[in-house]
Amino acid sequence: MLQRVYDWVDDRLDITPMWRDIADHEVPEHVNPAHHFSAFVYCFGGLTFFITVIQILSGMFLTMYYVPDIVNAYESVRYLQGEVAFGVIVRGMHHWGASLVIVMMFLHTLRVFFTGSYKKPRELNWVVGVLIFFVMLGLGFTGYLLPWDMKAYFATVVGLEIAESVPVVGELTKTLLAGDPEIIGAQTLTRFFAIHVFFLPGALLGLLAAHFIMIRKQGISGPL
Amino acid sequence: MSEKKHNVSRRQFLTYTLTGVGGFMAAGVILPMARFAVDPVLKAGAESDMYAVAEVADLTEEPQRFDFSYEQVDAWYQSEVTETAWIYREGDNIVALSPTCTHLGCTVNWDANEDYPDQFFCPCHFGRFEKDGTNIAGTPPTEPLHKYVTEVRDGTVYLGTAEPQI
Ligand code: HEM
Ligand code: FES
Repeated sequence: MLQRVYDWVDDRLDITPMWRDIADHEVPEHVNPAHHFSAFVYCFGGLTFFITVIQILSGMFLTMYYVPDIVNAYESVRYLQGEVAFGVIVRGMHHWGASLVIVMMFLHTLRVFFTGSYKKPRELNWVVGVLIFFVMLGLGFTGYLLPWDMKAYFATVVGLEIAESVPVVGELTKTLLAGDPEIIGAQTLTRFFAIHVFFLPGALLGLLAAHFIMIRKQGISGPL
Repeated sequence: MSEKKHNVSRRQFLTYTLTGVGGFMAAGVILPMARFAVDPVLKAGAESDMYAVAEVADLTEEPQRFDFSYEQVDAWYQSEVTETAWIYREGDNIVALSPTCTHLGCTVNWDANEDYPDQFFCPCHFGRFEKDGTNIAGTPPTEPLHKYVTEVRDGTVYLGTAEPQI
């Protein structure tokens, strides 16, 4: 049945070359854990992406209940976690995933470093990787404020003070992030929300696309 | 299974196991989120209370407007909402009608249009109803106004939910 649906579409649109081009490659021996078990270190990039997908999906679902407003944010999070079926699970996925994605990204970076994969001709992909790292930190920082509890609030107070301590542009940066020179409140929450669910995910998807296109073009780096 | 040709090729075996494990993992991720999203449909409706709305002594044969308020819990937001009922007496019987037009939900008023005295009139698409709530043929509404569940205790009229008359 599925095969016939596929054939019907393929007949008209010739989709086979499209996915073959993306997905159908020989896995070189030195990155195949079936040959050398230690090659599992090559999985960390894929695992980072896997968790990123979970973050994006669970985040989209959380926004069905979450409100970025200082009066209601905390109550809405409490409601979605305590009253909605599987709320603990969905929030838990996003909460733990946010930490796990950093762990995976770190392990992936270690592998790239120790296999020397950042060397010519792959320097640009290292640069893009570092940008992805900063975007991830940004997502973690802005997301952390959203539940609007004490921990969220004071973590953001500290984070913004750090931003403010930067010479020359510090104060400007802080006001830009917080939406107000003094108050960390209503405008901070809406800004962080917008940055967290629209701006940074958009940037992240663009960077990931660049990352993957470059990998596709250059192939995986050779054995040590 | 013994000597017959039940061989599963390496490729088939891998296809089955990888699809199976992959499907299981995908389901583990997707199902909680799906259940989370459809929760409003599956939540059990709250038992509705009866609210004191009017004194029997105040009622006449003519529908009169009575407003009543109650605490509404809307997920994380609680507020006092006000509802309206059109109530009249018919012998010993008390009739309380909902003002929600059965066409598309605008609000009807009693005796509000000079051309149609003693009828409920809806300004949105000129829907009309008789005193007992029956929709008048040739106007948009397709069923009578909903009727509140009523109860009289110690001379006070209590209303429950508005339910369809048909
Ligand atoms: C891909 C990387 C992402 C990371 C690392 C990340 C990180 C975080 C963190 C650390 C929190 C605080 C969670 C808590 O304290 O329980 C959070 C909350 C939240 N995030 Fe994300 N996030 C990501 C993507 C997204 C996306 C794409 C969306 C929406 C489209 C989203 C929507 C939300 C919402 C609504 C909350 C508040 C609810 C809550 O705190 O449980 N996130 N995020
Ligand atoms: S909503 Fe009342 S007539 Fe259409």
